[in-house]
Amino acid sequence: MKRALWTLAVLLSHWRRHPMQLATLLIGLISATALWSGVQALNQQARISYDRAAATFGGTRTAMLVASSGVTFPQKLFVDLRRAGWPVSPVLEGRIQIEGRSLRLMGIEPVTLPAEVGNAPTIGKASLQSFMTPPGEMLVAPETLADLKLAEGARPEASGTLLPPLRIQPNLVPGVLVVDIGIAQSLLKMPDQLSRLLIGKAAGKRAPLENVTGDKLRLVEPDAETDLERLTNSFHLNLTAFGLLSFFVGLFIVNSAIGLAFEQRLPVLRTLRACGVSARMLNVVLVLELVTLALAAGLIGLVCGYFIAGALLPDVAASLRGLYGAQIPGQLTLKPQWWFAGIAISILGALAAAATSLTKALRLPLLATAQPFAWQQAQRRWLTYQSALALAAFAGAGGFLWFGDSLLSGFAVLAALMLGAALILPMVLEVALSIGQRYAQQPLGVWFWADSRQQLSGLSLALMALLLALAVNVGVSTMVESFSRTFLVWLDGRLAADVYVNAANDDQAHEIKSWLRERPEVEAILPGGRADTQLAGAPIEVLGLPDHATYRDNWPLLQSADNAWTKLRPGNAALVSEQLARRLQLSVGDRIDVPASGGNWTLDVVGIYADYGNPKGQIAVNFAALTRRFPEIPLTRMGLRVAPANIPALISALKEKFGLDDRNVADQATMKAESTRIFNRTFSVTAALNTFTLAVAGIALLTSLLTLANSRLPQLAPLWAIGITRRQLAVIELLKTMSVALITTIFALPLGLLVAWCLLAIVNVKAFGWRLPFHLFPLQLLWLTGVAMAAALAASALPVIRLARMQPASLIRIFANER
Amino acid sequence: MTKDSPSVTGPVLYVTGLKKSYRTAGEEVAVLRGVNLTVSAGESVALTGESGSGKSTLLHLIAGLDAADGGEIRLADAEVSELSDAERAEMRRDRLGLVFQQFNLIPSLTVEDNLAFQSRIAGRHDAAWHSELVERLGLGRLLKRYPEQLSGGQQQRVAIGRALAIKPLLLLADEPTGNLDEDTADEVLALARDLVARSGCGFLMVTHSARLAATLDRQVNLHAGVIA
Repeated sequence: MKRALWTLAVLLSHWRRHPMQLATLLIGLISATALWSGVQALNQQARISYDRAAATFGGTRTAMLVASSGVTFPQKLFVDLRRAGWPVSPVLEGRIQIEGRSLRLMGIEPVTLPAEVGNAPTIGKASLQSFMTPPGEMLVAPETLADLKLAEGARPEASGTLLPPLRIQPNLVPGVLVVDIGIAQSLLKMPDQLSRLLIGKAAGKRAPLENVTGDKLRLVEPDAETDLERLTNSFHLNLTAFGLLSFFVGLFIVNSAIGLAFEQRLPVLRTLRACGVSARMLNVVLVLELVTLALAAGLIGLVCGYFIAGALLPDVAASLRGLYGAQIPGQLTLKPQWWFAGIAISILGALAAAATSLTKALRLPLLATAQPFAWQQAQRRWLTYQSALALAAFAGAGGFLWFGDSLLSGFAVLAALMLGAALILPMVLEVALSIGQRYAQQPLGVWFWADSRQQLSGLSLALMALLLALAVNVGVSTMVESFSRTFLVWLDGRLAADVYVNAANDDQAHEIKSWLRERPEVEAILPGGRADTQLAGAPIEVLGLPDHATYRDNWPLLQSADNAWTKLRPGNAALVSEQLARRLQLSVGDRIDVPASGGNWTLDVVGIYADYGNPKGQIAVNFAALTRRFPEIPLTRMGLRVAPANIPALISALKEKFGLDDRNVADQATMKAESTRIFNRTFSVTAALNTFTLAVAGIALLTSLLTLANSRLPQLAPLWAIGITRRQLAVIELLKTMSVALITTIFALPLGLLVAWCLLAIVNVKAFGWRLPFHLFPLQLLWLTGVAMAAALAASALPVIRLARMQPASLIRIFANER
Repeated sequence: MTKDSPSVTGPVLYVTGLKKSYRTAGEEVAVLRGVNLTVSAGESVALTGESGSGKSTLLHLIAGLDAADGGEIRLADAEVSELSDAERAEMRRDRLGLVFQQFNLIPSLTVEDNLAFQSRIAGRHDAAWHSELVERLGLGRLLKRYPEQLSGGQQQRVAIGRALAIKPLLLLADEPTGNLDEDTADEVLALARDLVARSGCGFLMVTHSARLAATLDRQVNLHAGVIA
């Protein structure tokens, strides 16, 4: 034990003499742990929210009975099943409008509600009576209450009906209102109708389902994965990929710092071995030292990760809301597993990064070889080995691309591609630098290229990190810009009306329409409506479009049958959103059965349209047909065609006459600006992670250069002795770093475009169901090249300044005979 | 393009009253206490002395690698202590040849490029002289190799060739045979003496070996900070 402590003390003394190296090691571990655990905290937070949503009065976590056709079924079936011994509880679900906001209304029957329905909000005995007896209560999440700008106890109106007083239920999902089922049936105008029956786990004899309900109901088994989890998997996979990338980039720093410390401590390790410390003891102490450092760095990294997650959470929540309609609260709550996992990943990462050095220490020969390190031969072997691995990775990427057909295989293509590119980078640099050396005329030029080649093995990990960070930046930026350009064009088509109005209820909508018909400046009133239903087990929206030239001329269709808009008119045809068409493999000419209030509605697919940003599948049908099939839906939305000059006056008049606010009436420009703002916010988390990754790559380059700077002195001192000034040497060193960074950047650009293509053509299609056109943005590539060069310049600055200002004594020491 | 080799007859190096101290552990240690030394063109001088006597320090000061606290160093017509950092670099590049015990070759360059490196950056490359050096140093078959692929003796021959390729006024060598076995050391030193005589430059060599020192024209011993 004493020997181990002495050995540890000797090893630790290295860090006292090389504080910069220690800082490098800790920075690497802290960045790796912080970014990884930050991303994991975000994922965990989102999953907690999905669980909460899933458990809301029996989401997908509870077995249930639903109508075999149509969206609702008679309440009598519930009574029949209870009598037959089934422990079922009724639920009715629909949408209502409060203050112009569309909210999910859920009617429950608390007495029969199974006790094991997830972590559903409990309604205590005391409050049960007030919940069930008139006027009842309407449970609401605090976030929703704040959103509605109402206080607890308030009684808002919906479609002219006074609602029960609002009561806060902290665990409830935002956007959901819970009332007694009788109230829900009345509000949704669905007397004696139910959406589903939750099945409790109470044991007991029960008659077979078919004997009680015939074929009217079907059983839906509980699902471990919620709809939201399924929908958002791609988003979290994307976040995890970013986290992993940052983690590996951080480990590159650790690897370079540990590698250098090992080389510098080689004589000490030999001396310790010569003094009788066994190889095993030496390794145990080295591991102990590393674990101690990883533990300290891991804890700091976790705290940083917490702050990163806290800073990114609002953007992540906005992205999830924008893309999937998922509601994530803005406050971070973390489980103990997160802390343990963070520490574990820090320790494992440090051990992985130190694996090579530890193996070398285990096999360390007691006597140092007389020959200097044969870098030429070693480099050739290393380049050949890495290039072979790179080719294998590229082959893997090709295999995944050819045979894979899932989101995971899409990410596997990306991962293999990036791994291959990172591994082949040293060979690309070696070839480029060799060409430079071949054509160099001046001796300093020859040395410039030759020495850059020699430095490759020391810099390659940092350059790989830079390559990966840049490629991801180019790829993601190109994808986002392509999406943005497509989205804006698409938005122009979709928001074709000049003014959008959302009445508080149907009565007000009637009044507004009557008033508008009298206004000469209103060229057309385009009523809108939307119904929710299910298709192939997943929720979809049915959108009603009036038969009007505005849609025929502007609505962007990706594919369509001849006279598609005319075929829509009779009400037996539909346009299908791209993501729904891809999911159900629908094409023009196919037929679908959509559950409607009176039974299934058979529709011919006459066109496919882009519907970016919508987590749900959507179909568009004739408006009149929609209101016939779904008579209960609110008809409060409408678009107006108005000459641009008349818009401000009309909006003012609408506000004044009907008490509407900015949320209920908006012109096209405002709607577009709002949609664009939401779109941009959706990608702000990606932009932030992009910046983090690039910053970590910059740190990796800086730490590599700093650690290399010391071992470079024996190469630079003879040049100084020969008559090249320190300033000249510093400039040459700077140019060398900049040149390898430039070659890496040039290699990263096509790689990044390939990444963008993979994201657009594979990942997006699998994750969201839409394929976007690929656009090239030369200015953006130029900008990223500039950023990369600035990062390389910033990373080189410190070592270069140190070299330029280095005291001659430090350089003379290289020539000292007793080194 | 080839510059003419600086032609100097008589003394190439005057060192007068040279002083240098170092501060170690808060204490001032005087290494050189007034050194006087002259080396003439074509003359080879061995600088001996016990470890820590300041031999290497004296060599570094003459080469302009370090600055003296007092005294004068004159290389031909140039007063070294009056030169700026850049001018001292220029002096080393154009007028001095330096050889170290650790060889200090450039590992990323081949033998051929190492040999021609200094003469080319000094703009003093003389192809005929270069060929003669290659032949006399026996490096003809090693030109495409890298330093790591050479033995210690071969590496030191390359280092001597590099230093002499510019036809320096003065060749300074700090224990050039310290890493070599006796036979190789004799062989390398014989080559160095031969080439120094051929180029006509002055030669100042730091050595611990009395045997090797005896093979040079003159020996000076540094003791207690002065030439004894």
